[in-house]
Amino acid sequence: MTIMKKTALLLALGILATTQMVKAADIAGFINLKGTPPAAREITPIKDDPNCAALYPGALPKTTFYVVGPNGGLADVVVYLKGISGKSTGASAPPVVLDQKGALYSPQILAIQTGQKLLVKNSDPFVHNVHTKPTENPESNQVQMPGSPDLTYTFDKPEMFLKFQCDVHPWMFAWVSVFDHPYFAISGKDGKFVIKNVPPGKYTLEATHRKLGTQTAEIEVKDSGAEQNFTFEVK
Amino acid sequence: MNNPKYHSSLFWFAVINAFATFLLIGLGGLVTSHEAGMSVPDWPTSYGYNMFALPFKFWQGLAFFEHTHRLLASVVGFLTTILAVWLWLKDHRKWMHWLGITAFLLVIVQGILGGLRVRLQMDDLGIPHGAIAQVFLVLTCAIALFTSRWWHGTETEPQQTVPRGLRSHVLFVTILIFIQLIIAATMRHQHAGLAIWDFPLAHGKIWPDTSPAAIAEYNAHRPPGILGNPIAAFEVNLQMIHRLVAYALFLGVLAVPFMARKRLGGADGLTKFAWFWLALISVQIGLGAWTIWSNKAADITTLHVMGGALSLLTGALWWLVATRRHQMAEHK
Repeated sequence: MTIMKKTALLLALGILATTQMVKAADIAGFINLKGTPPAAREITPIKDDPNCAALYPGALPKTTFYVVGPNGGLADVVVYLKGISGKSTGASAPPVVLDQKGALYSPQILAIQTGQKLLVKNSDPFVHNVHTKPTENPESNQVQMPGSPDLTYTFDKPEMFLKFQCDVHPWMFAWVSVFDHPYFAISGKDGKFVIKNVPPGKYTLEATHRKLGTQTAEIEVKDSGAEQNFTFEVK
Repeated sequence: MNNPKYHSSLFWFAVINAFATFLLIGLGGLVTSHEAGMSVPDWPTSYGYNMFALPFKFWQGLAFFEHTHRLLASVVGFLTTILAVWLWLKDHRKWMHWLGITAFLLVIVQGILGGLRVRLQMDDLGIPHGAIAQVFLVLTCAIALFTSRWWHGTETEPQQTVPRGLRSHVLFVTILIFIQLIIAATMRHQHAGLAIWDFPLAHGKIWPDTSPAAIAEYNAHRPPGILGNPIAAFEVNLQMIHRLVAYALFLGVLAVPFMARKRLGGADGLTKFAWFWLALISVQIGLGAWTIWSNKAADITTLHVMGGALSLLTGALWWLVATRRHQMAEHK
């Protein structure tokens, strides 16, 4: 191959790559909470278990059903494109980690793709059982001794808020939403979210909070991306 | 006078087995009340260990209830096996040999059912597991009764007959208690917490609204602390049936001491036993109300489970004693 041909090929690949980059944009937004949510409660059963209580010599941890930032931003809202299927890149996506630490799941709200690995760690010095309570995927229940290897989970079918629970410590829950595509995000403590690399087009965007329900917006993603905010209200 | 057919040690062994079974029902009640049934995911091993060798440091959290339930179940299985062999070797009655074998087979079935409920992750298997536990308790107590000095003594001592109507009434009420316990087991194994959290009204009404809108409203406004699956109209209706059957049972048991006093006299043992039954069923209804008012506190709910088992047992033993007395009186 001559130098000219090589240069032309590289140029063509560069143009193609640039075109691809332009054709994927981000959806960004902010989740606002109006009203005052119920106060977080101390997880008092922790003190009944000597092993767990030893981890909290001071104040006990509190429930995190509503995590609201100082700017009124609401965390733990799952934001996703609706009506897309068969686009999962889960098999090649990096694994997501769900830790059991301080007799709590961390994080308590997370999202993965179908086929994507979810690694469950036990960072506690005592035993947990990891019990999944799905509605679409098969149920499983495994023991995880302290210091034992991570447990690996994958799910074939999409579903919202697939519950993970520990029956040894009945206050421990995590909710994993499984999507058949990579177009989702979870709002952070500042209420902000970003769904990356969405091809331009018209979509239905949904935002779901486990306690406050679902909101929907019709959006158009352009080459420059799109912005969409949601406001949830505590009644 | 000593009855040569009576074996004191066999009788007391049967009593110990029956008592251990009653405790086992209580421990099983704690497992379900605490939602601890799946805390040890493997069976017959526990956390990969031989269940009898699980280090004590792992008997923690709610796994304590599940693991001790398994250990006590093993003790009851062991005692029942010895009892069956003992009855076969020592008891002169052929039917008692087979009653011992029946108890042995039932305890095996019950153990496997409990294990499958864990292995197959099938909540519904908890319902027959709970129901068979009640049958097994009645069976172990019946064996203790059949091996008692009193039972053997009825062959020689005069017996006052018990009218058929009274016996039939008690049998009917006892069967209704068993049906009530199956309803209760079905309620508990929905793992949905309280479907109705007020009493004596139900969601503020005599009969609650079970429309889809009302059910959505109940789920949205469940009191804090109620964990578990969302409720459906089925669970609400089931609790209402449980309440109605409880009222019917109270009336059914209320009649027994008055009927017994009229037919047998106030000093008769069965009349006194019937008063005990009435007191028990009254306490049991109180415990049912307390279960609701306490937001299904595990200890109160478990006492309610044990009260249910004792109520069934009392009716069954009353009927067995009455039937024995009647048969012996007729025989003479």
